[in-house]
Amino acid sequence: MISIRDLHKYFGSLHVLKGINLDVEKGEVLSVIGASGSGKSTLLYCINGLEPIQGGSVTVDGTDVHAKGTDINKLRTKLGMVFQQWNSFPHLTAQQNVELALKIVKKLPRDQAREIAFRQLRHVGLGDKLDVYPSALSGGQQQRLAIARALAMEPTYMLFDEATSALDPELVGEVLDTMRLLAEEGMTMICVTHEMGFARDVSDRVAYFHKGVMEEIGPPSQIFGNALSEHTRKFLANVR
Amino acid sequence: MFDYNFHWRPVMKSLPDLLEAALLTLQVAVLAMILGILIGLCLALIRLHMTGPARWFATSWVELARNTPALFQLFFFGFGLGAFGLHLSPYLIVLTGLTFNCAGYLAENFRGGFQAVPDTQVRAARSLGMTPWQTYTRVIIPQVFRIVYHPITNQMVWAVLMSSLGMLVGFRELSGETQFFASRTFRIFEYFAVTAVIYYAIVKVILLSSRLLATRLFRY
Repeated sequence: MISIRDLHKYFGSLHVLKGINLDVEKGEVLSVIGASGSGKSTLLYCINGLEPIQGGSVTVDGTDVHAKGTDINKLRTKLGMVFQQWNSFPHLTAQQNVELALKIVKKLPRDQAREIAFRQLRHVGLGDKLDVYPSALSGGQQQRLAIARALAMEPTYMLFDEATSALDPELVGEVLDTMRLLAEEGMTMICVTHEMGFARDVSDRVAYFHKGVMEEIGPPSQIFGNALSEHTRKFLANVR
Repeated sequence: MFDYNFHWRPVMKSLPDLLEAALLTLQVAVLAMILGILIGLCLALIRLHMTGPARWFATSWVELARNTPALFQLFFFGFGLGAFGLHLSPYLIVLTGLTFNCAGYLAENFRGGFQAVPDTQVRAARSLGMTPWQTYTRVIIPQVFRIVYHPITNQMVWAVLMSSLGMLVGFRELSGETQFFASRTFRIFEYFAVTAVIYYAIVKVILLSSRLLATRLFRY
């Protein structure tokens, strides 16, 4: 379980997250929506420790992410992350992209890493692209490669940071399908997203962020049907 | 109007000596480049990530190496240090001078290379559980290396050509050796013409092998 308690995050004097409280249970799919600059992506970076926090706590399966003694690199293998700008490693083939962390972080032998890489790439529909460099892949394929790379570490949780925002419209579908597949398989997911269709159809809960505050959280039927907060209703009216 | 008689025989007779000196030129240039790459990499990382005296030191090095004549730098390691009682051999003068100069130029190339790799690559690597060291050695530096590969080749060529300044501090590399023979035989034009061809050949070989290596190294 991921537990966030009274989380405060500042960039300089800018108060980006203002006391977030949130629990994500295993198996849950949570979508986080909200305007740009509302702190949604920063929340993800605080969960896997890529950003330090200035107040409160984040615990993952009982381990305090930001505590001094925490082995953050070990903890991160539990938290797969997929970025907006997909971030495949351009100097490595698709297979090597997936294998790298398996070999040097998990210290798996070469055969085993190769087998896992192959399985994960096939899983996201890239089984025929093993020896291809990212420059020869489309944006959607690179994003699926990034998903396979994160999944290969066998994370307990997957964090998606606007995974489809940088894609051409016709490529969004293939990535969303992959995310849907994961959700159906029972993966615990936190998806920062602007895809309202995905948030409504796939999530168990939807959280709306507004100016660093989690304004509202509830099942999709509540958020999209009759939101309690004025801000939420306004935001959704503008999005559609 | 043109009454100069070419005499190539003395040049041909000393060709083995010239070629041996060419090897010395190549040796000192390669050594200076290896040291220059290592030091330049450190200087670039210091300038990017550190503050205080270390950064000041790295910046001064780069500024001095790039903004003063290479010859003066050589003279500093030769006669400059000599004034303080530290006498280096001609070989060491050229090696330290070249290394100092190359490190300064390469540091700027590396700095540009590091800045050209997006920060998000670091985040992606760290999010997979890689340590900072693994992130640098396995993800960032391979990408930087590709960006600075051709500038490094240029610097290698420059190191070979610049080593000719060695003759001014008494180093008998290719130019020094040429000067030595030329002044003994007074066949100055002939000697320097042949030496120019040797330099040209060395540089061509460097450029060709660099290009060949690039096709093997960078498949993406």
